[in-house]
Amino acid sequence: MTDTMNPFTGGIVGTPRLRKEDPALLTGESKFIDDLNLPGALWISCVRSPHAHARIGAIDASAALATDGVVAVYTGADLEGDWAGPLPCAWPVTDDMKNPAHLPVAVGKANFAGDAVAVVVATSRYTAADGVEGVVVDYEPLEAVVDLDDAASDRVVIHEDCGTNVCYDWPLVPDPDAVAAAFENAVHHVTETYVHQRLIPAPMEPRGVAAVPAPHNGDMTLYSSTQIPHVLKVMGALTLGMPEQKLRVIAPSVGGGFGCKLNVYAEELVCMALANRHGVPVRWTETRTEAATSTIQGRAQRQTIELAADADGKLTAVRATLLADMGAYLQLVAPGVPLLGAFLYHGLYDVPAYSFTCRSVFTNLAPTDAYRGAGRPEATYAIERAMDALAVAVGVGQDEIRSRNFIPTEKFPYDSPAGLIFDSGNYQPTLDRAKELVDWDGRQAEQAERRAAGSTLHLGIGISSYVEMCGLAPSRTLAALNYGAGGWESATVRILPTCKVQVVTGSTPHGQGHETSWSMIVADQLGVDPDDVEVLHSDTAISPLGMDTYGSRSLSVGGTALWMATEKVIDKARAIAAHMLEANADDLDFAGGTFTVKGSPDKEVPLAGVAFGAFTAHDLPDGMEPNLEAQVTWDPGNFVFPFGTHIAVVEVDEETGAVELLDYAAVDDCGNQINPLIVEGQLHGGIVQGVAQALWEDAVYDADGQLRSANLADYLVPSAAECIDMKLDYTVTPSPTNPMGVKGIGEAGTIASTPAVMNAVVDALRPMGITDVRMPASPMTVRRAIEAAGGAS
Amino acid sequence: MEVSVTVNGTTRSADVEPRTLLVHYLRDDLGLTGTNIGCDTSSCGACTVLVDGRSAKSCTLLAAQVDGAEVTTIEGLAGDDGLHPMQQAFHECHALQCGYCTPGMVMAAVSLVDEYDDLDAAGVRVGLEGNLCRCTGYQNIVKAVLAASE
Repeated sequence: MTDTMNPFTGGIVGTPRLRKEDPALLTGESKFIDDLNLPGALWISCVRSPHAHARIGAIDASAALATDGVVAVYTGADLEGDWAGPLPCAWPVTDDMKNPAHLPVAVGKANFAGDAVAVVVATSRYTAADGVEGVVVDYEPLEAVVDLDDAASDRVVIHEDCGTNVCYDWPLVPDPDAVAAAFENAVHHVTETYVHQRLIPAPMEPRGVAAVPAPHNGDMTLYSSTQIPHVLKVMGALTLGMPEQKLRVIAPSVGGGFGCKLNVYAEELVCMALANRHGVPVRWTETRTEAATSTIQGRAQRQTIELAADADGKLTAVRATLLADMGAYLQLVAPGVPLLGAFLYHGLYDVPAYSFTCRSVFTNLAPTDAYRGAGRPEATYAIERAMDALAVAVGVGQDEIRSRNFIPTEKFPYDSPAGLIFDSGNYQPTLDRAKELVDWDGRQAEQAERRAAGSTLHLGIGISSYVEMCGLAPSRTLAALNYGAGGWESATVRILPTCKVQVVTGSTPHGQGHETSWSMIVADQLGVDPDDVEVLHSDTAISPLGMDTYGSRSLSVGGTALWMATEKVIDKARAIAAHMLEANADDLDFAGGTFTVKGSPDKEVPLAGVAFGAFTAHDLPDGMEPNLEAQVTWDPGNFVFPFGTHIAVVEVDEETGAVELLDYAAVDDCGNQINPLIVEGQLHGGIVQGVAQALWEDAVYDADGQLRSANLADYLVPSAAECIDMKLDYTVTPSPTNPMGVKGIGEAGTIASTPAVMNAVVDALRPMGITDVRMPASPMTVRRAIEAAGGAS
Repeated sequence: MEVSVTVNGTTRSADVEPRTLLVHYLRDDLGLTGTNIGCDTSSCGACTVLVDGRSAKSCTLLAAQVDGAEVTTIEGLAGDDGLHPMQQAFHECHALQCGYCTPGMVMAAVSLVDEYDDLDAAGVRVGLEGNLCRCTGYQNIVKAVLAASE
């Protein structure tokens, strides 16, 4: 496809460019949270409940206090007066949603294994850990609720003051009669139930916090390994009851987030409260085990999806019903995660009638919240798995069932049955190209040959076509969903006297390469060298306005604000240049960093001359302010809707149950690309993260609510040895939502890959009568599915 | 106890508790914070350094165990003439994103390339099994290590 809309003409945007972030990261020069040198800082370590559900009795800290280096021990009750409010949940999705009080340190009852019940303050991280060993807590264990149905039954009510474990019921059923009629008249009616296991986000850098107080003037600087310094500043100030202007939040180099650092956590509040009490810096670095037990987890839901279709397999209705696990408490945006998928259970298919309902419940497990994709991987999984079931019911190929149902290109912008407007799309070419990349026909033939030969090594081919909504988000839409904040982003562009450029962004990178991409955008527009553009971020004192990084929003929202701010600067520069050239501003061309008078190419002034003139202000047009600087806050009018098709080829060993990934092709469309190198990297990592849900990762809890995979030895984050080279290609369908024509790409790989792999696994085993395999498709799970189907034993 | 180590060519010493891990000795006592910590179980490899030329997970060694040894950390890799070829390859192949696993991954890769002459992609994948990366999906890391091995 050719792009129909691309505002970039400078030759920089769209060309792969090596990252300016790399040298510092490659040499150890970057400072992550634990690298900060804070003389005199005290360390904390948390005493965490070993029980999933227990009343907290007496806490005896005497042995801890007698330990060398231990300065103090605080229980939840000791700190209760330090909080102006509980830990925040910013997304009360319904008016009657239950939101149990969630204190940074539990009082009265611990509600999951890992809930902090006391905090040890000590002079070093070693002595803080020693101190934890010396705190004796008298627990009265209670029955743990770990199963979703058990939770919904209210057999044991976890939060007595809520009176129920049901957090909320949220329906999206625009036309119930149409849905009922469609199912009544359906020729094919497919009903599928899928389970999304709990996942541990596991960025390689665990979380960390350092709170640095200034006791005499009341300032507080909070360093945190967070995705959201701006949100954290507002929420932190409110929760502590401190004046917001006195709190500065800095995210140093952040070693990945994947959603789990999109939160306001107990340890951030505890460090600030104790820094206030002790008058010195207080810090904490998470252990990997704590990252597993006490940081948010993702997915955790059961879905039932029903498809109604006519005789040709053309969809007439989709009905999805979820039961979602919030965990023990509501973290920052947890209730909204199912809603982010709620609009997409019909995928990229043209469906007239739609119904979605979600019930969310509390359990005695770690809180859940946004994890890469947040709601959209779940939705895509449901519809893409179900489409394969429909293909079988109709008796057509997995490719054909999709082609018959893709939203036709001429229907864009598409009014979706769930009430969205899909901005742009052209789906069939992504399927066609992905099929080419995996040699679809050859693989089909190979599969048939293996089956005919009775091979025990079964070949499976799985398709996943997806569309997602990202670029969070139009503030008015967020208001309609009861979200507690807006979806805008801010950028400032400042041309310095020497024509070097400073950019301030409210977007907060943690591996995405904003400094490189943002430089490219501005350099392309201004005609300067990208290395002459410095991008400042992640410090609320430098970048006071921001909504931070999540939901594949940085480029389409923050990048657009940046593009607009740069245009604004160019407009001002143009007026100054016109004054300098004694010409009309409308008569000036601007290209390659130089203003020229149309028709008089010898009359020109470089941007550098304008920048210096704006700085000296000796001869500016009447009434014009000195300097070249502009700030823009942009609120998008719509989401953006990236799409694509991924195909996985797997081999399943009937005898061992082992699944091997043989080939993987991804054809994605994120509109215009700024830096194709970064797009590729996002897809590689995203795809592997989704494959990992399909094949390896599982936060396994036992019936007592104990996490059995609480470290990286037991929780199988894939290594290079399990992964393969992926084949990537692209189509380009610019988004009309923003002037750059861009869409997000940070989550697409994860959204697409899980169902591609699971469709391939099921495709391999379908001749045995197997229609579903629970994730992760470990050798044991696959063998059990084979045995349950009466296969080889 | 006094632990003395030649780190990146310079002899350094510090008085530490006997239980001090090498990684904490490097980071907290010597101020070499380029070596990161990613887990509690020697699984992730973020803390990989070279001890007497071979890769080792510095969270799995006590500082006392390397008393007298030569240790190379990520800070010691780049020379006056710029990045080490492995660092340069990681840069050129876009083999890092958040960069947290990177120092350990680079050190492990340097050791791997030093140890094996005819590395292919499969060899790199198996050879780096002890180093986890959550961002890149490994494809560009494999590419970088192969490029640097040539």
